[in-house]
Amino acid sequence: MNDAAANHQLVQFHNVSYSLPNLTTPILSDLNLSVARGETLVLLGESGCGKTTTLKLVNRLLVPTGGEVVVEGKSTSDWDPIALRRRIGYVIQEGGLFPHFTIGRNVGLVPSLLGWEPERIDSRVRELLELVGLEPRIYTDRYPRELSGGQRQRAGVARALAADPPLLLLDEPFGALDPLTRASLQREFGDLARRLGKTAILVTHDVREALLLGARIGLMHRGQLLLVETPDQFLNSDNPQARAYLDTLTLIANAGEKR
Amino acid sequence: MSFWHFLQLNWSELLVLIEQHIKLVLIAIVTAVAIGVPTGILLTRHRALRGPVLGVANIMQTIPSLALFGFLIPLPFIGGIGARTALVALVLYSLLPIIRNTITGIMGVEPSVREAAVAMGMTDGQVLRQVELPLAMGVIVTGVRVATVIAVGVTTIAAAVGAGGLGVYIFRGLRQYDNNLLLAGALSAALLALAADFLLGLVERRFSLAATPRKRSRSTLWRVVFVAVAVVLVIECGLVLWRSATNNSAPANRVTIGSKDFTESILLAEIVAEMLEARGVAVERRFELGGNLPHDALTSGTLDLYPEYTGTAYTAILRHQPITDPRAVYAQVKQEYAAKFNVDVSPSLGFENTFAILVRGADARQFNLKTISEAAPYAGKWRAGFGQDFMSREDGYPGFSKAYGLKFTEVREMDLSLTYIALSSRQVDLIAGNSTEGRIATMDLFQLVDDRHYFPPYEAVYLVRQDALARVPALREVLDKLANAISTDDMRRLNYEVDGNRRDPKEVIKEWLGGRK
Repeated sequence: MNDAAANHQLVQFHNVSYSLPNLTTPILSDLNLSVARGETLVLLGESGCGKTTTLKLVNRLLVPTGGEVVVEGKSTSDWDPIALRRRIGYVIQEGGLFPHFTIGRNVGLVPSLLGWEPERIDSRVRELLELVGLEPRIYTDRYPRELSGGQRQRAGVARALAADPPLLLLDEPFGALDPLTRASLQREFGDLARRLGKTAILVTHDVREALLLGARIGLMHRGQLLLVETPDQFLNSDNPQARAYLDTLTLIANAGEKR
Repeated sequence: MSFWHFLQLNWSELLVLIEQHIKLVLIAIVTAVAIGVPTGILLTRHRALRGPVLGVANIMQTIPSLALFGFLIPLPFIGGIGARTALVALVLYSLLPIIRNTITGIMGVEPSVREAAVAMGMTDGQVLRQVELPLAMGVIVTGVRVATVIAVGVTTIAAAVGAGGLGVYIFRGLRQYDNNLLLAGALSAALLALAADFLLGLVERRFSLAATPRKRSRSTLWRVVFVAVAVVLVIECGLVLWRSATNNSAPANRVTIGSKDFTESILLAEIVAEMLEARGVAVERRFELGGNLPHDALTSGTLDLYPEYTGTAYTAILRHQPITDPRAVYAQVKQEYAAKFNVDVSPSLGFENTFAILVRGADARQFNLKTISEAAPYAGKWRAGFGQDFMSREDGYPGFSKAYGLKFTEVREMDLSLTYIALSSRQVDLIAGNSTEGRIATMDLFQLVDDRHYFPPYEAVYLVRQDALARVPALREVLDKLANAISTDDMRRLNYEVDGNRRDPKEVIKEWLGGRK
């Protein structure tokens, strides 16, 4: 592979497998995948299919037991894990905010770990809260438990963006929200990712979310990546697993027509 | 004397004891936190160590405190008599709740929060300091709170190794049958425990209700804790400096005197102390030591001298079968102590304190009892109450009941001092007291004659280390002067002055010595 291609691909999985010593079946086997700069890749699959594991291999919360994961041209096992993680934004369900930190301190966490000046952190926090639609005057000094689920999720996204990382990892970020809040946050996030030109890997079991946000969709099943396709290709896929997902959409549409 | 009147007379001493008590607890808890929290943190990082370390801490807590003190006394550096030994024991007791709660608190932090912290690029130290510890603090403080309340209680037992604190009043109250002393000691200890529980409860609520309190108030809280700790440390340093400054009198002219934890032993120790001080010798008093602690302390060199009884030394310490010839016992004890422990036995003080088998005066008159043999037929209907010492020793209950063929309906083991009260209040019908006990006359108790001469002779003597005799010439002079100087009547009267009339032992001895010094 030439340098230009490597530079174009921000994250690459080469024959990656991951297994635990006390389990006979591997959690991931022989995974190959590339994520281009500026692209949003959605990993779609049921619980236990290995999609969250795939995500954790990128910021080295886990290390592959076979093959290698390359981030910005360097294998994760060659990265200093601390430096690697500070270049990757990470959003989990409910935001994973620290309950004993104010929203301001939560959002400013990575910049303060990187040793930014306090004034610079403050202005960055203000900017980000505005970006995710949380009025800084009201929310900076509040604690996570004083916010609604949707607001916490916004704060979680703001925290992930704080140090302007080239890559975002999102693990079912909208899973715990009610359908209306989820829909509006999904739309806003789509706009935001396009506007900021961030590369993102998003994990979900919601096929609508995958079609809405993904430039490409990777379908996972029992530790294997079945296919990686654009939303249009995916809608016309004849893969039985993909059809099963699409049938759930048809069901909903039919239910609407019958009424 | 009313309790109120008692407090008015003794408030200054009570305050000193409370201060000692608080200081012991505070130093122990601060030390236990300094050891326990880092240990707990370490154990969350090294799972394999968790079982063994918690196991040891668990065992520590099941050891009865008096036994633990006993183990510690002969040890170098951490052992001995006084506050240091008590602190070591208190720290050992406090470790378990603190270590366990540190682990529980940290392991209880939500995995998603910990994972987020790692994923943000925090180092292990940053995760610990900024996330795990703040979130675990509520649980850790609960552990400290439990440990503190336990420590306030255990510290009362520390009086048995001469560490001071409110236990001094409790033990003295039990010994002298003085409810005011008991109440003052126990009530203060209970109030201390409640106060500590309440204050730490406030701290705990701060940490757990609001996961993070407002920044300012937390720093105030820390400041208060910090100042409290600093004050204690400064006081301690001051005391150590002051002691080393005042103790500069050469050790050549310095004697440490111990006593057992009953009035007569304290009085006998005080007699020697007073007489030595009159001769310009510096005396350190380590009185009221429980169980076999005085012996352990003497042989390990922590004590130079303490009063003992030949029969006790012969059977309980040298482990011989009881014999009845006083001269043979004395000679054997003197010879073996010199050979085994480098300890000299003083000439007999002139009286014996043997076991006195006591019944109520009313019963003795009703059944016309004079001797133990005459009382034996009634034993089948009687309950007996014996001190722990009598129950366990070779020449105590096992041999005694066999010698007279006694079978009681019930035998209760209790504190020696309480047996007198139990007898006079008809809780039990026969006890084994001390023949020099002042309360025998005042409570109308009757001593049955040991007509089969079962009990070995218990002549009062002083046991003194040979190196102390060589170092302090005045010791020999004082011990010679005390040979045959105290009669049984003298001793009963002195005991009664303290136990019956509630007078200060020091004052009683000063008065009694009068011109004899």
